[in-house]
Amino acid sequence: MATTTPAAPPVPAPARAPRTAPARRTRRSGWWLPYALLAPAVLLELLIHLVPMLTGIWMSFTQLTRFTLRDWTSAPWVGLRNYQVALDVDGAVGRALLESFAVTCAYTLLVVGTAWVLGMAAAVALQRPFRGRSLFRTLFLVPYALPVYAGIVTWNFMLQRDTGVINHLLVENLGVLDDRPFWLIGGNAFASVVVVATWRLWPFAFLMLTAGLQSVPDDVYEAAAMDGAHAFRSWWSITLPMLRPVNLVLVLVMFLWVFNDFTTPYVLFGTAQPPAGDLISFHIYNASFLTWNFGAGAAMSVLLLLFLLLVTGVYLITLNRRSRRA
Amino acid sequence: MHETRAFRTFRAAVVAVLATVTALPLYVMVTSALKPLSDVRGAFSWWPSSLTFQPFVDMWTTVPLARYFVNSLVVASAATAASLVIAVFASYAVSRYRFRGRSAFTTTVLSTQMFPGVLFLLPLFIIFVNIEQGTGFQFIGTRIGLVITYLTFSLPFSIWMLSGYLDNIPQELDEAARVDGCSPVGALLRVVLPAARPGVIAVAIYAFMTAWGEVLFASVMTTEANRTLAVGIRQYSTQTNVYWNEIMAASLVVSIPVVIGFLLLQRHFVAGLTAGAVK
Repeated sequence: MATTTPAAPPVPAPARAPRTAPARRTRRSGWWLPYALLAPAVLLELLIHLVPMLTGIWMSFTQLTRFTLRDWTSAPWVGLRNYQVALDVDGAVGRALLESFAVTCAYTLLVVGTAWVLGMAAAVALQRPFRGRSLFRTLFLVPYALPVYAGIVTWNFMLQRDTGVINHLLVENLGVLDDRPFWLIGGNAFASVVVVATWRLWPFAFLMLTAGLQSVPDDVYEAAAMDGAHAFRSWWSITLPMLRPVNLVLVLVMFLWVFNDFTTPYVLFGTAQPPAGDLISFHIYNASFLTWNFGAGAAMSVLLLLFLLLVTGVYLITLNRRSRRA
Repeated sequence: MHETRAFRTFRAAVVAVLATVTALPLYVMVTSALKPLSDVRGAFSWWPSSLTFQPFVDMWTTVPLARYFVNSLVVASAATAASLVIAVFASYAVSRYRFRGRSAFTTTVLSTQMFPGVLFLLPLFIIFVNIEQGTGFQFIGTRIGLVITYLTFSLPFSIWMLSGYLDNIPQELDEAARVDGCSPVGALLRVVLPAARPGVIAVAIYAFMTAWGEVLFASVMTTEANRTLAVGIRQYSTQTNVYWNEIMAASLVVSIPVVIGFLLLQRHFVAGLTAGAVK
C-alpha cells in the first residue's frame, strides 16, 4: 500500500513472463552505453541501499547508544550479544519482541486475507456493466488514493471512546453494546488496527484483480454457462486459475507491505502503543528511538529481514515447483 | 452473459456493504470539518449543530500548515522527478541491452524492495549525523535529506515497473528511430518515452503518493524547518485540546489534490502496474 507504507512491492522472478522482444546485443553503440545509462542508478543504490544496509549489519554487532552515536565507529563491539538478547525469550526484550512478532503474524494473515476477499468480491461484482458501476468503482479507490495519515487520523477520531462515531453507532444508534468500549487501548486495539489497515489495503487488491479480470475473455464464461456452470463454479474453475499470475504478485506484495507496516500503528496509536497493536516495525522503532539503543534495534531489523527473505524464498520456490509440475 | 438473480443479489450485497464502509470515514471527515469545536469535543452527532467554515480558516494558524504543505510538495515533487529521470535511463538499459552485471543489478534492485523501511532508518540516520559532523553538510532537518531517503523506496519500484513496461514496447520502434539517425539516447527520449507514457505516469503517481504520505522517515528526519504534512498534522493535538474539526479540515485539504489526481490518472496507473507486475 502504499503507502502506503514505506516498502515498495517486490517482484517474484518466476511471475515474469519471457520478454516479448529479446534484448539485443550491444552492437553499434559501444559496450559502455548500458553502463553509462545505469551509472546514476547504481551510484544512488550504493548510497541509499547498500551502504546503509552494511552499516546496519555492522551496527547490529555493536553497542550503539545515544552516548556512542556521535562517534559511532568507536562504539564497543559486542559480537552476537544483541542477537542473543533479542532471541532470548526468557528476557524482557526477547519476550516483547516475540509477542510483537506474534501480533504481527496474526495481523498480516487477517489483513491480507480480508483485503483479498473484499477486493475479489468487489472486482467480480463490478466486472459487468450496471447502472452506477463507475461511481462505485471511483468510490472504492478513494481509501487507497487518500494520503495514508489522513485516512488513519480519521479512523483515530472515529474510534475515540466518547466522541467517536463507532461507539455512537454501536451504542446509541444500533444498541448492540451497553457500555462504550475503548478501541485504541487494551485488547480491542488489535481489532481496530486490523480494520483500519484492511480499509486502506483492500482497494489495492480490487484494483489489481479488476485489471486481471479484464484479460479473461468473455466467451470462456459463455461456454461455461452453456455447459450449465453456476456463477460460483465458473469463478472457481475459470476466474481463479486465470488470475493466478496476478494473485502470485498481489499476495506477496500485500504480505510484505503489511508485515512491514509502520504507519498504521504509529498514526493510530501514537507512540504509546498498546501491546495488542505493537506491530514489529513499530516495535523496532520504539526499541531504537525511545530507548536510544540503536545496536539492539539494528539486530532486530536484521532478524526481521532474514525472516522476510526466508518467507519470500519459500513462497517463490514452492510456486516455482508447482508451476513447473503443472 | 445472462445475469442470474443470485449474481444480482450478490452484487447488491457486496456493493452496499463496501460502499458503506468506504464512505463512512469520508462522511465523518467532511462533516466534522464543518463543525464548531464544541461539537467535536462532545458526543458524536451525525450533523453539525451549526454549519461553519471556521475550521478551514483556523487550521492555518493553529499549526503552520502552509509551511508543511510547501515542504511536502517540494519533497514529493523532487523525489518523483529524481526517481523518474534516473529510472528512465536505468530501465532502458535493463530492457534493451544484455550486458555483464545486468542480472546482478536487477536482482539487487528487486530484492531491496522487500527490505523493511526500519532497516534503513537507523543507518541512514547515523550516516546523516556523521556526514554533518564531518563536512557540515546538513541532511537531517533539510528537504534534500528527505528527498534522498524517499528515493530508497521510489527508485527501485520505478526501475522495476518501468522496465516491465518498456519490455512491452516493440523494439522495432527504437530500431526505426536509429535507422533514421537517432542516437540511442535520442531514440529513448524521442520515440520510446512518448510511447511509454502510461508507464511513466504510473511511476510518477506511485512515487508522489508514497512520498506525500510517508510517515516513518519523516518522523525521524524532520525538524521544524522541513516538517511535512504527514508529521505536522499531529500538532493539532495539544495538552489541553484536540482540534478534531481542524484536523479533519486539514486532512480534507491535503487529500483533495492527491485523490483527484489519482482518480484522473488511475487508468494509466493500472496499465503501468499490470504491465510491470502482472505480465
